[in-house]
Amino acid sequence: MSSHARAHVPAPEAGEEMPSYYEIMETSVRELLVEKKIIGAGEIRQMLEVMDTRTPALGAAIVAKAWVDPEFRERLLANGRAACESLGIDFFEGTELIVLENTDKVHNLIVCTLCSCYPRVILGLPPDWYKLKPYRARAVKEPRAVLAEFGTVIPDDVEIHVSDSTAMVRYLVLPQRPKGTEKFSEEQLAALVTRDAMIGVVRANAPETKEMAR
Amino acid sequence: MSAEFRRQPKPLPKVVTAEGAEPRFRAGDEIRVLQRSPLGHFRTPNYVRGKRGRVEKVIEPSAINNEDEGFGRNAGVKRHYYRIAIPFTELWPNYPGFKNDGLRIEVFETWLERSRT
Repeated sequence: MSSHARAHVPAPEAGEEMPSYYEIMETSVRELLVEKKIIGAGEIRQMLEVMDTRTPALGAAIVAKAWVDPEFRERLLANGRAACESLGIDFFEGTELIVLENTDKVHNLIVCTLCSCYPRVILGLPPDWYKLKPYRARAVKEPRAVLAEFGTVIPDDVEIHVSDSTAMVRYLVLPQRPKGTEKFSEEQLAALVTRDAMIGVVRANAPETKEMAR
Repeated sequence: MSAEFRRQPKPLPKVVTAEGAEPRFRAGDEIRVLQRSPLGHFRTPNYVRGKRGRVEKVIEPSAINNEDEGFGRNAGVKRHYYRIAIPFTELWPNYPGFKNDGLRIEVFETWLERSRT
């Protein structure tokens, strides 16, 4: 659809639609917790503020740093959480972090088949498709077909490792540094790293394709 | 900080470790995910139950069983999670080619048994 056509579709007013079953349940539980003084409304607001600062830009900065700083890269791969904590990023969820490096021989993809476990502390909220059943079921059944639909064709001699987050570990894919970026600054490199590249459904942007997309 | 602490080498002589403190499996061990069907919501997905794989890594630190915790039963005993590698050809007999493609999944110690190949 062109942006022109879309411009004529009025956006729904906030709060216009009926809340879903789960929205009602969430509201009820939240109000009960506040009413019983188990958590305070201020704590909820503060947590939302924390989440707002966790965006893919944070993950991209971590990836770019790993590309330019071999010592940091090594620490990141050895213990993702400790390396991120050394940058001042707190893991408020209590999860561990395993960083998976893509190489010429291995391509990593992450999924949560049971729900929507996601490295929220460094990437923020997951995209909708990540939470939906088609991706969750197919990523562990036919990952090559799923990747191809994202435009990512993995050569036959490259192994695909799909990490299913089920409990206390979260994953971050460390994409391969694109060719032709030898002289790039850390900031320029970070701009090539998209959320989807850190989930593993695409590669990091090549410098040219990014300019084409603009 | 805690990471360095965990990486300390062998315990001092005569120290007896608590139940579950030492990982029961090591990287490289051949394992099978147990085929159990307890009622309720469990963090070991059905599609890996009964499948054979290999321990790729012991996940540190050890943790309480979050499945027990989810049902309000937690005596505070910790055990390890393991990063398990299972080939897709083991999960799906019709997986098209690429025998080295595989799943990596964290499984709690109580869901694993040794597998003799």
